[in-house]
Amino acid sequence: MVSHSLALPMICFTTLWALVGVVAPFLVPKGPNRGVIVTSLILTAVCCYLFWLVAILAQANPLFGPQLKNETIWYLQYYWE
Amino acid sequence: MVFRSEEMCLAQLFLQSGSEYDCISELGELGLVEFRDLNPSVSSFQRRFVSEIKRCEEMERILGFLLREIQKAKIAVPQEDESPLAPPPRQVLEIMEQLQRLEMELSEVAKNKDKLQRNLLELTEYTHMLKITRTFIHSRSRVSLILTQPLYEEFPTMETDSATGSTGMQRLGAKLGFVSGLIQRVKVEAFERMLWRVCKGYTILSYTEVDESLADLDTGEISKSFVFLISFWGDQIGHKVQKICDCYHCHLYPHPENDEERADVLDSLRTRIQDLNNVLHRTDDYLRQVLQKAAESAYTWVVQVKKMKAIYHILNLCSFDVTNKCLIAEVWCPVSDLANLRGALEKGSRKGDATVPSFVNRIPSSDTPPTLLRSNKFTTGFQSIVEAYGVGDYREVSPAPYTVITFPFLFAVMFGDLGHGVIMSLFALWMVLTEKNQNKKRSSNEIWMTFFHGRYIILMMGLFSIYTGLIYNDCFSKSLNIFGSGWSVKAMFTNQHNKTVQTNALLTLDPNVSGVFSGPYPFGIDPIWNLAVNRLSFLNSYKMKMSVIVGVIHMSFGVVLSVFNHLHFRQKFSVYLLFLPELLFLICLFGYLVFMILYKWLAFSARNSSQAPSILIHFINMFLEFNLVGLISQTGMQVFLLLIAVMCVPVLLLGKPLYLYWQQRGGKGLRRLNISCTALQFDFADVLLHQAIHTIEFCLGCISNTASYLRLWALSLAHAQLSEVLWAMVMRLGFKVTTEVGVVFLVPVFGLFAMLTVSILLVMEGLSAFLHALRLHWVEFQNKFYHGTGVKFLPFDFSQLPSVFEQDGLL
Repeated sequence: MVSHSLALPMICFTTLWALVGVVAPFLVPKGPNRGVIVTSLILTAVCCYLFWLVAILAQANPLFGPQLKNETIWYLQYYWE
Repeated sequence: MVFRSEEMCLAQLFLQSGSEYDCISELGELGLVEFRDLNPSVSSFQRRFVSEIKRCEEMERILGFLLREIQKAKIAVPQEDESPLAPPPRQVLEIMEQLQRLEMELSEVAKNKDKLQRNLLELTEYTHMLKITRTFIHSRSRVSLILTQPLYEEFPTMETDSATGSTGMQRLGAKLGFVSGLIQRVKVEAFERMLWRVCKGYTILSYTEVDESLADLDTGEISKSFVFLISFWGDQIGHKVQKICDCYHCHLYPHPENDEERADVLDSLRTRIQDLNNVLHRTDDYLRQVLQKAAESAYTWVVQVKKMKAIYHILNLCSFDVTNKCLIAEVWCPVSDLANLRGALEKGSRKGDATVPSFVNRIPSSDTPPTLLRSNKFTTGFQSIVEAYGVGDYREVSPAPYTVITFPFLFAVMFGDLGHGVIMSLFALWMVLTEKNQNKKRSSNEIWMTFFHGRYIILMMGLFSIYTGLIYNDCFSKSLNIFGSGWSVKAMFTNQHNKTVQTNALLTLDPNVSGVFSGPYPFGIDPIWNLAVNRLSFLNSYKMKMSVIVGVIHMSFGVVLSVFNHLHFRQKFSVYLLFLPELLFLICLFGYLVFMILYKWLAFSARNSSQAPSILIHFINMFLEFNLVGLISQTGMQVFLLLIAVMCVPVLLLGKPLYLYWQQRGGKGLRRLNISCTALQFDFADVLLHQAIHTIEFCLGCISNTASYLRLWALSLAHAQLSEVLWAMVMRLGFKVTTEVGVVFLVPVFGLFAMLTVSILLVMEGLSAFLHALRLHWVEFQNKFYHGTGVKFLPFDFSQLPSVFEQDGLL
């Protein structure tokens, strides 16, 4: 049970995928494959960022919590905290 | 790989006679151009270079015979890395001569060997026969009167009758004859019965099986034979016996009169057999030598003959010009390669004998050129799965560069498991690192070759699966707790002592209670959900919404790509009359749905969870309930969006046909297009029908395609559940046994777990997710912008030509 903020991961991952998708295309050396590599970098950044974003937004404001067995609750009380 | 296919041009090559062979050889080595058939009405037997092709085929026939002999002798054919060039015409005769000489030699040696082996077989059979009949004679003389047939006890005189091959003996005035030989096992009973019926007891037949099985030379099969000895009385019986033996294909040998003669014959036979074996060995050695020598140059010859034949085929496609001195060829050539083409022609002319160099001339054409998309070893796999749907039209936007990333991504969304992703990536990495060796080996197993050709696809799929596995927090159905869960059990149950926990089997954590939920897990799904009983309620909602978001974005991307097609083919009106209504329709309806999903995630939390609306009900009500009260409220906005979407439909339906009709009638400001428009056959009804179909397809397709993306949710759910079942039912059993036996027991349990993981979860689920991701690309993505009705550019390239011998497995 750790307190997680929404802002810190948001900044981290946004900058990470921005680096991959926006900055890295300018660093690709000129060659016959430049077009494919740039397209791939941008698409990877978009897909992976979107996927991560959906996962974190879906959990940001949960409408209900997990339903646990009482054995699990005992275990978690002593092991995770 | 590029955005769209390359620009092609039609070119005419003028090849001077004398250097045309070398020029085409050069072009074949480079693989630059595609030749067009200039003599389509001429049959293949009437073409110019038929005799040369026949010669090449004759050489191929001899090479096939040679390779088969080499394979029979189990000699390996060494293959060189660099393939030899096509031989000039003067060298061709040399090769032809060599091959014919080899063929003659081989067939002579084979014939001799055959004769020798037949001889050997006869001698061997004779030896067996002599040895076995000896035992007959000796055993018979000691046998008592069990047999009802009269036996001979004395041999007064013996005469050899060489004409019938049987030995005659005089006894009581009747001549006793012997016939001995070998007969096949399957015919023995019939033979005996026939003898009995014909000779009615005047013959005695005794036979035994030969221990050694001998090969029958005519059929080559190894069968058991029986040695028989027939003794009979009288000449006529002798003839009948002779005829029956002939009928049953027996091998007859002269029967010796007494033991000394028998011993003499046996001795001489032995020496002869030894000699024959010697000669046979020498013949084998010589044959092997010849084949070994031939094998050294066999590969070179095969490649040379293949290239020669291909060149003559191409020469047959060309036509002779008026002066009959030079050949004209029409080729499709990429514009960027024209310089290389000129260089190749110059090189060819230099090698050949012509005084005037060959040259190339670009000509305009109204035919649609074939489509060429260059690809390297990484992108070839993705290119081929796009082309399996259809080769793109000339200069159409190609979906292949995007497929490089979106296809593995969609696969990974359906496959998302960290452990399985790692295994898949390692397998693909192994294939990639050993690709040089695999290419040399050139295995004939089709399934393995399919996997090998897709090694980069599998590598990308594996890498993306690792990422989605981390986000889904699923590794062999277990979750990783890297950052610490955001849910606290202690905060929920501290004030309630142990009673509540003891009395209730299931308890739910309420995010409204302070301290229970302290923030979303920073990377992926919180690990506590793996332990929760209502795990699927949360995951299903999350995955379904994720699928819809991914789907709408993917489809919008497809629609946007169609703009580039419209602009390239100079149909700017299509941008306003096709692209804009399509995009507005998609965005107003399904973009709004995505907006609602995101809004609900952000605006509603556990505090007001009771008021959180159901998105699906809301979306359906948008169509069913028209409430014009309050334009600023949400209902008002929904009505506004719905109106825009509905208005897009008639624009999409009627815009393009009406515009084209207006244009044809000579719309203002379009004078210069008038001529081209009247030249085209403009059928208003045809265009309208076409556009109506497209409109219905697009609008209904929007809804069905968005729903189709829900397969992303369905397959990932199936994969997660299968993984969980496998763990719970197989691996858990191994862990449950706690004694030392458990350690030993765990080994086969793990083996079973590993086997089932690979076969069910990796192979079956992998193929399933591959197929569904492919379908999503081919149907939902590509039908927004891609036509795929083009023809592929097939250059004349020696390395692309299949070799008949490789297909037969001879090389």
